[in-house]
Amino acid sequence: MSERLAVKKTYKLYIGGKFPRSESGRSYQVADAKGNFLANAAYASRKDARDAVAAARKAFPGWSGATAYNRGQVLYRVAEVMEGRRAQFVDEVAAGEGLSRGKAEKSVDEAIDRWVWYAGWSDKIAQVIGSSNPVAGPYFDFSVPEPTGVVAVLAPQRSSLLGLVSVLAPVLVSGNTAVVASSYERPLPAITLSEVLATSDVPGGVANILTGRLADTAPTLASHMDVNAIDLTGAAGDHAHAAELELAAAENLKRVVRAPGEEPDFTPEPGLGRIASFLETKTVWHPVGI
Amino acid sequence: MAKFEYAPAPESRAVVDIKSSYGLFIGGEFVDPADGTSFKSINPSNEEVLADIAEARQADIDAAVKAARDAHTRTWAKLSGRDRGKYLFRIARIIQERARELAVLESLDNGKPIRESRDVDIPLVAAHFFYYAGWADKLDYAGFGPDPKPYGVAGQIIPWNFPMLMLAWKIAPALATGNTVVLKPAETTPLTALLFAEICQQADLPPGVVNIVTGAGDTGRLLVEHPGVDKVAFTGSTEVGKAIARSVAGTEKKATLELGGKAANIIFDDAPIDQAIEGIVNGIFFNQGHVCCAGSRLLVQESIYDDVLTSLKRRLGTLRVGDPLDKNTDVGAINSAEQLTRIRELSEVGEAEGAERWSPECELPERGFWFPPTVFTGVSQAHRIAREEIFGPVLSVLTFRTPAEAVEKANNTPYGLSAGVWTDKGSRILWMSQQLRAGVVWANTFNRFDPTSPFGGYKESGYGREGGRHGLQAYLKVDEAA
Repeated sequence: MSERLAVKKTYKLYIGGKFPRSESGRSYQVADAKGNFLANAAYASRKDARDAVAAARKAFPGWSGATAYNRGQVLYRVAEVMEGRRAQFVDEVAAGEGLSRGKAEKSVDEAIDRWVWYAGWSDKIAQVIGSSNPVAGPYFDFSVPEPTGVVAVLAPQRSSLLGLVSVLAPVLVSGNTAVVASSYERPLPAITLSEVLATSDVPGGVANILTGRLADTAPTLASHMDVNAIDLTGAAGDHAHAAELELAAAENLKRVVRAPGEEPDFTPEPGLGRIASFLETKTVWHPVGI
Repeated sequence: MAKFEYAPAPESRAVVDIKSSYGLFIGGEFVDPADGTSFKSINPSNEEVLADIAEARQADIDAAVKAARDAHTRTWAKLSGRDRGKYLFRIARIIQERARELAVLESLDNGKPIRESRDVDIPLVAAHFFYYAGWADKLDYAGFGPDPKPYGVAGQIIPWNFPMLMLAWKIAPALATGNTVVLKPAETTPLTALLFAEICQQADLPPGVVNIVTGAGDTGRLLVEHPGVDKVAFTGSTEVGKAIARSVAGTEKKATLELGGKAANIIFDDAPIDQAIEGIVNGIFFNQGHVCCAGSRLLVQESIYDDVLTSLKRRLGTLRVGDPLDKNTDVGAINSAEQLTRIRELSEVGEAEGAERWSPECELPERGFWFPPTVFTGVSQAHRIAREEIFGPVLSVLTFRTPAEAVEKANNTPYGLSAGVWTDKGSRILWMSQQLRAGVVWANTFNRFDPTSPFGGYKESGYGREGGRHGLQAYLKVDEAA
């Protein structure tokens, strides 16, 4: 009796809650750390990037308007659903990053726990960085954080899941919507994560995930006038490219998280920096009197 | 206007499985009390006996405090904040999963309408655990300096008006900050706390982190006075609160107290009247008025007094008083015979002192403990019904002419838990909020609760805050360096 022939998965883009192929019709071969073929991933075009920005903008009012409690519940749900697909993530991270099974497990567990950590911040960040301001006059004055809008995220190239979660979750938790350009060589965990997002009560368009070359998508995202902020972490180590993107981002004064000299270790607990990078502060004055 | 007719719409109680008797929850197990005494918990809407409840005495309190201490030293204090948080997230999720069961049990044991237990109490309970779960690994950010430490063992005593919600207010922040607890629910409403013990088991919470001891005032006193308790948290009457403050005086024990209130609900002539009427009704008839922050003193600006009273009486005529498990019920049963007696006595005093008593026509069930929604007009500040907490569905109406007079009257009380202000003018809301000596001020709303929002009183309404970032302070050694 012959062995059952496996059904292979098609890895696609994630835009507006749907899984389209690239409009360019192109794909590229993804290999594991040893060079063996794993899959054909969609090769996102500039048009795909623009579509993703449009989807993120459309999702912004609903997601930023949801209660912090609700957003926290949804992010926690992402962790729950990821936990259920832990084995699949471990396979993909082990293959893509060339890690031992044990190390891949640790990395995946940390990624799941990172969603939980950020979920808890949803209804606390305003309590920690907001303020009531004792102005010298008969006014009640307070400052609250608000999400900045649509955030483009160049995900880390090496840490394909933990790194990805570490840059995506802090964008989403405060109510921003995101367009993520995933790791070029290790895109599979990103696409599997998009399948988790699609089944975790995250509204379509809140997170959009593109696979392909940064050279194609990043300039479009950096220069897009409807993108409010960009995280250049995925361009780590390529100072010239990062500088070009930063220059393009200056056109509409995007908030920029600069590319580090080399990709950081995402294992330690993060601080508030990434959440705070994608927040605006709104201050309200109101007179006090009879 | 004729009252709408409603067909009965009872919530099924089949979802709840009540045992005939309950032991104490100590060290992760239900155990029999050392000397085997028990009391009964009844359904206040029909006086049906629900279950036999163990009464904890000295030996049991000793065992519970020891279990909490051991759990603290051996497991809970050693766990990372992240893992403490994960247990609390689990508990929050199980509460969401078993929400209907908890709601029905709460209404059976307490007498509150299912609409409230289902839509207010239990969702807030889950939200509270969810909120503090998130804090467990973020205490460094809470503003109390780096690495703040828990006290150790918390002895917690909660009242009967919001049994599960008060449990959540006590247990969630205590566990998140790394304390272990011995909690005593009220003797008339122990059942949901005992179901919570089962939830702790389902969540695999390490044994001894949560201990539930049942009993009345004596049991509570033993817990408060136990030398192994580092921190006392109490919600209940000002009288008992003062006794606890005296009891911990001169010891190392810390206490937070959430006590009585006599909140003013202040209606200005520019207020949106229809909303204000709903707010007045919600303020005093929510949960049969068994609410420490209830808007029990209505202060109405003189110019709109007649309009407000007419609308209020018309609205009260539509309230449905009756079976707590009926989904159409607005006002349920008084929690106990003892409480009913107190409400009756104070109402009689109100009449004797010259206030005018009014209730809408409403048929009350024959069995059980019932009191109709009641409004007193012509109340002066000297009347006992304007000074003492009635803790029932009884509203005292006073009037004022100027904002300053409203403030004067509102603050003329030893309490200071909450207040309500109704006006269209934003600057006046904020001015009133500054003047009112109360821990919570609701503007154009009343009786709102949220896990992120600190709650607690000024003056004799107690000290300490529950909820929000501030709620963490009650369970952390934040003044160690001071």
